[in-house]
Amino acid sequence: MNNTTSILGLDPIAIGDLIWAPLVIILLKVVVIFVLGLVATMLMVWFERKAIAGMGNRIGPNKAGPWGLLQTLADGIKLFFKEDLMPDRADRFVFKLAPYLAFVPAFLVWSVIPLGGDFSHGKGGLVTWFGHVTRVQLADPPVGVLLLLALSSVAVYGIMLAGWSSGSKYPLLGSVRASAQMVSYEAALGLSIATVILLAGTLSTSGIVGHQSSFADWHVVSTGVIPFIIFMLAATAEMNRPPFDLVEAEQELVGGFNTEYSSIRFGLFFLAEFMNTITMSGVIVTLFFGGPQGLFNIPGIPGAIEGSIWLIAKVLVFLYIYVWMRATLPRFRYDQLMDLGWKILIPTSLGWFMLMAVLRLSRDENWNRGLVAIVAAVIILGCVALMSTAVKVSKANREREGAMF
Amino acid sequence: MELVVFVLAAAMILVGGLGVVLRSHPVHAALSLILTLFGVAVMFVSQQAHFLAAVQVIVYAGAIVVLFLFVIMLLGVDRTEDLKTEPFKVQRPLAVIVGLGVVGLVTAAVVTSRDVVATRGAGIIEPAMTDPDSNIRQLSRSVFGDYVVAFEVTSVLLVVAVVGTVLLTRKVKPTSKESQ
Repeated sequence: MNNTTSILGLDPIAIGDLIWAPLVIILLKVVVIFVLGLVATMLMVWFERKAIAGMGNRIGPNKAGPWGLLQTLADGIKLFFKEDLMPDRADRFVFKLAPYLAFVPAFLVWSVIPLGGDFSHGKGGLVTWFGHVTRVQLADPPVGVLLLLALSSVAVYGIMLAGWSSGSKYPLLGSVRASAQMVSYEAALGLSIATVILLAGTLSTSGIVGHQSSFADWHVVSTGVIPFIIFMLAATAEMNRPPFDLVEAEQELVGGFNTEYSSIRFGLFFLAEFMNTITMSGVIVTLFFGGPQGLFNIPGIPGAIEGSIWLIAKVLVFLYIYVWMRATLPRFRYDQLMDLGWKILIPTSLGWFMLMAVLRLSRDENWNRGLVAIVAAVIILGCVALMSTAVKVSKANREREGAMF
Repeated sequence: MELVVFVLAAAMILVGGLGVVLRSHPVHAALSLILTLFGVAVMFVSQQAHFLAAVQVIVYAGAIVVLFLFVIMLLGVDRTEDLKTEPFKVQRPLAVIVGLGVVGLVTAAVVTSRDVVATRGAGIIEPAMTDPDSNIRQLSRSVFGDYVVAFEVTSVLLVVAVVGTVLLTRKVKPTSKESQ
């Protein structure tokens, strides 16, 4: 029994002997999430093009289907029927493998995001379907948040190997650049998640959602906004979205790591990118904005469905913010990107994590609040001064040595 | 079910391991290494060590092998090597000796502790079965409690290694008087 539990996650439906009904429910969940993911991605592409067109005083897609809604479908069909090219010097196996390495992690993130359920009054998001208690979530492993980090670190391979296996210079440059960026920002991503874990006291995503039962408990409020801002920036860089889309700096790199890809393999990269945007918005909502937990009860709708409505509403806000950022912000320069990541985001997130840990400890041990605050402020100021001096000294040194950057 | 998982994961580990040794292309060898690491992660999950599995993927597959690939790609050594030539003459005999030694030691360890290994359910810590977060609690108690000194010393060692690397890779610039 226990082995089944551990492999399939802590979903109550997977405990005990797997007879037909639970198995069917789990399969149903997989199919629903898969279809939902694809349809959502399709609509996301349309939404992004339409919103950006609106911000740029254009009309955007408007021919295929009502309001151009079927534009993505048309593009997808077109991509399917295009010739699939493979460069002569490409590494055949890795070249074919890379798109899947980018696409599959983007999809797998869906499995640990709570997509609904009633979290009110300590119900913990459990719902009853056809007489079986389960979660509106494919799997709820005890290390849910770490799974997110693991998947985002696996996604690096897709981009890195795509660029390398093309056997061509520009894709290689683009992929080395991209993977350096993703590896750098993963640290900030992990450290800002650590603050959330510290407060929630659990790694499971449903546990983290269950911990945010009121607005004051939403982690965006209770961790003091900073980890959220860092997470949002790091996630944007991790997904290679504007303003951090140096991966696809077409003015310098032709088209980045996917230059040599065509047909449906290019389509998979494209799909992965947009799906990442949706799943990352879902992760942000789960970690910082209470996931399916609403601010008030929507009258006339049962709790479990209400959760999904709240989740969709919150995710849509973040999707809009991502599109908005793409339409308004110019691309960062590469050294600015690395400076932001290593010299600002990582030290800030680490310092904030330590601060939250000290505040937590002082509450548990009943220390003098005022004294703790003063000591913490002094230490923070000291660290900031030290850090900025170090940056200044190294900059002066580089200028004296006549470095180019 | 446990047996199926074990067989699949073991196959992943073995195929990956053989790939690391036998593939003549460095990038393919590194990719085989990832396969092995994933297989080990699956083994961890089937032994209820979820945290270790996640960390295995994040740290080894997600960071260390990425750096391997980085070095391979940046140094431009990503071309096929001839496996028949041997750069260091002693390397292969030594590798055979070390490999046989490890196999011998593991076999000896299993044989001597046969009673414990063969017992079903021996060495299982009860709370791990019921409380999903207990894995992390127990790990953090031993790392930040019982073995905190060793842990901190290790981190100092890593910092020393990083600083040393930075120092070694810095080119000694000619002083401004000499260059002018």
